[in-house]
Amino acid sequence: MARSTSSQSRPGRTLLALLALILAMGAAMFLQKALTPKYGLDLAGGTTVTLSPVTQDGKTPTQESLDLAVNIIRDRVNGTGISDAEVAKSGDNIVISVPGAGQEEVVKKVGTTAELRFRQVLAWAPANAVPGKMPTAPATPGASGTPEPSSTAKPAPSSTAKPAPSGTPAGRALSSALTAPSPGATPSASASAAPSAKATPAPSAPASEPPPAEQDPLAGVDTSGVDPAVLAQFRTLDCTKKDIGQGVQDDPDKQFVACSQDRTAKYVLDKAAVKGTEVSGASAGVDPTTGEWIVQVTFKSKGASQFSQITGAITSQPEPRNQLAMVLDGLVISSPRIEEAIPGGQARISGSFTQVTATDLADQLKYGALPLKFVQSSIEEVSSTLGADQLRGGLLAGAFGLALVVLYCLLYYRGLGLVAVASLVVATVLTYASVVILGHNAGFRLSLPHIIGLVVSIGITADSFIVYFERIRDEMKEGRRSLRVAVEVAWVRARRTILIADAVMFIAAVVLYFLAVGGVAGFAFAMGLTTLIDIAVVFLFTKPFVAMLARLKFFAKGHKLSGLDSERMSQHVPVTAPTTVTQEG
Amino acid sequence: MSAIGRLGRRLYRGEVDIDFVGRYKLWSILSGALLLVSVLGLLIQGLNLGVEFKGGSVFSFTKPPSSSIQEVRSTFEEAGVHQVIVQEAGPRWRVTTETMPAAEVTRVQNTVSSEFGIPGNQISKQIIGATWGGEVLNKAVIGLIVFMIAIILYLTMAFEWKMAMAAVVALLHDLVITAGVYAWSGFEVTPATMLGFLTILGYSLYDAVVVFDMIKEVTAKLGTASKMTYTEAANNALNHTLIRSLNTTLVAILPVAAILFIGTTLLGAGTLKDLALALFVGMLVGTYSSLCVATPLLVLLKEREPKWTALAKRLQAQRRGAVKDALVKGAVPAAATSSAKAGGGTVATAKRKKR
Repeated sequence: MARSTSSQSRPGRTLLALLALILAMGAAMFLQKALTPKYGLDLAGGTTVTLSPVTQDGKTPTQESLDLAVNIIRDRVNGTGISDAEVAKSGDNIVISVPGAGQEEVVKKVGTTAELRFRQVLAWAPANAVPGKMPTAPATPGASGTPEPSSTAKPAPSSTAKPAPSGTPAGRALSSALTAPSPGATPSASASAAPSAKATPAPSAPASEPPPAEQDPLAGVDTSGVDPAVLAQFRTLDCTKKDIGQGVQDDPDKQFVACSQDRTAKYVLDKAAVKGTEVSGASAGVDPTTGEWIVQVTFKSKGASQFSQITGAITSQPEPRNQLAMVLDGLVISSPRIEEAIPGGQARISGSFTQVTATDLADQLKYGALPLKFVQSSIEEVSSTLGADQLRGGLLAGAFGLALVVLYCLLYYRGLGLVAVASLVVATVLTYASVVILGHNAGFRLSLPHIIGLVVSIGITADSFIVYFERIRDEMKEGRRSLRVAVEVAWVRARRTILIADAVMFIAAVVLYFLAVGGVAGFAFAMGLTTLIDIAVVFLFTKPFVAMLARLKFFAKGHKLSGLDSERMSQHVPVTAPTTVTQEG
Repeated sequence: MSAIGRLGRRLYRGEVDIDFVGRYKLWSILSGALLLVSVLGLLIQGLNLGVEFKGGSVFSFTKPPSSSIQEVRSTFEEAGVHQVIVQEAGPRWRVTTETMPAAEVTRVQNTVSSEFGIPGNQISKQIIGATWGGEVLNKAVIGLIVFMIAIILYLTMAFEWKMAMAAVVALLHDLVITAGVYAWSGFEVTPATMLGFLTILGYSLYDAVVVFDMIKEVTAKLGTASKMTYTEAANNALNHTLIRSLNTTLVAILPVAAILFIGTTLLGAGTLKDLALALFVGMLVGTYSSLCVATPLLVLLKEREPKWTALAKRLQAQRRGAVKDALVKGAVPAAATSSAKAGGGTVATAKRKKR
């Protein structure tokens, strides 16, 4: 067995490992009694709920607040982006469609109000410092499909490549400063730029955050007055997950743990000091003296005194307790440092805003201040949006297309074609098992676009072994003596190509998954999944299988039907170019 | 027939040598024309956005006994409505359509009422907003931009910035042309289509990356004393991966073609067809662009580097000398064989003479 040259491969072992993986996945499926994937709205239908929002004083909400509500609800029902839910505005109502019948718990989840609250920051940490869960690249095929039974079972890509650089946790939030709009605004405005420079958490925090902070986000942090249960929650909070707690109803009278909206930081927050209902307005504008973008907030009378009280109480406290977080729908949208007590019910937030970020914040403060109550007006089960005929047609077409592919592979690659077809079968098995397991553990819903995406990925999977086969044939043509050597040499070259090309696909999938919402995220997820499966199949199946076959006489001697016969390869000359000329000339 | 058979055999053996790079003028005219037509289409026709983007109307009425989804759908389509989505909602039919003017709504109501014998006032109608609103679209666009930047960075690391540029330009080329096909054909753009676009994105890059990897490998061996210019080496690499490109495209496109065929002939309008068309066109264009756009563009960028310019100049001079020698001897085949030693590019020259 271990006789051939250089980079010794042990195809048997690898194949056994793959078999073990497949069996493990199969066992997981049987143990969970999950044998079919969960389907999305378009394939399985679902539950449609119509909610009628009203403001707290019973008025019809404005279109702006309705839009905000739609966005908030969209985040809530489809936080991970892979559950294939839809949210639409219908007149003054909001229509939510979630896949699957009888989804009452979803209704409960989305039907809660989203209210803005101001809370003092008690502690914070960069979001990526979750103990024992360092982001690792799941490039290993095992990670792609193994069931993660815990409640944190999230799609593999979520633990990778977090787009936010860890160097600037909570960048803007911390660099903004709340200052009073007094006549002395000019000096304080320019002063606010200075703290923004020194405010970067890393330099300001070393005293409270020694290096082992990676192990425990709370190491060295003053936790006095914080509920131990809340601290425990804080430790396990993972803001890199796609679903970071939107819609968690934050009880204003309790301490609260939350991620920042840009998921770069996590916070322990005190009881709500001021509620959003006390905000009377907010606007974005440019400070005429500094040219900086700022956000102005005005409070109603009760809110003004509450705000003045809390700002007065926390200015003198040490970092980070001098920050006041604004929490909307369970997420911290900003947490500026309070420089001085702010009386008079008018506050000004400055910092490194752009027009867009300033307007965003002002809108969130303004519309988040008007909590919408949702009155459930109707709930009904709907069938799939896609006719059964479409589904049947799609499956038929897919099967037909696959048959063509198989036929072509066999005709073109002969014996190697069998490897190709077997690889496709393995890929199909792995994909099916992954989709089923993810459906039952991470809420992944398969919709028609996913299916088509998976069908298309046949091409990508096939490409990997086509690249490999062509390399083997190149090696043979260049006059390698034995097929066994050719198989190994070709693999080294093909492997790099396959990895680079798959990396491109994977980057596409990760970026789209994290930055897009709704259907796009789900699709990107499926794309990332198939890319990983492709790598798994090529490394764990195609290559070792070819290496095994290369030992068979049928292939090694270049039988006519092996796809590697000398007649069909160019017979003699190693260099291809001159042949053309001599043949024709 | 036998000519095709021979071409097939030569393709199989990897003996074909097509001068892709040398015909860059042809490709640029072709691509330019396609891009122009596409952009015109987008400007003049615009895209036919689906209900999911624009919002629409929802009709709802009690299910008459023995009515099927197909019947309901065809009734609406006969009334001149596009983008019909029929759903069962408990004991009622729920039909989502494009947005219609009031007169149109009444007409549809009448048609449905007469067809199924339901009083018009029992057909409820509602305007529904887009499920793929501005925010979803905005985020998709941001995602796309970040994706492009990430890819450029990655390819710059894996290869070099010129290859990254060429690959991304080819990608944009593919997207614009695919969008153009949608504009002119009037096919509906649904979320499914959008996802088709995204698949093309990955596919187009994937294809270009495999070709570039080979170009990198082949040109890495070129030194100052080599017998091939960068252009020739790139072309050689392209021909080397040609079979792979064709095979991959065929394998990827067969299922899509099947879906497109069945989607259009058997099922009429629908999600399947919309998605399959995007993929079909995108894959064809993607393969074309990695051969005929990305590589020639890369060569254009690379040949400006002093190293390659010098090599090309030296080889040109050398070959002119060789041809002159051959002509003096008066033997054309001799010219072919002697110059053939110089490598792939000259073979192409020899072939072109023959035509």
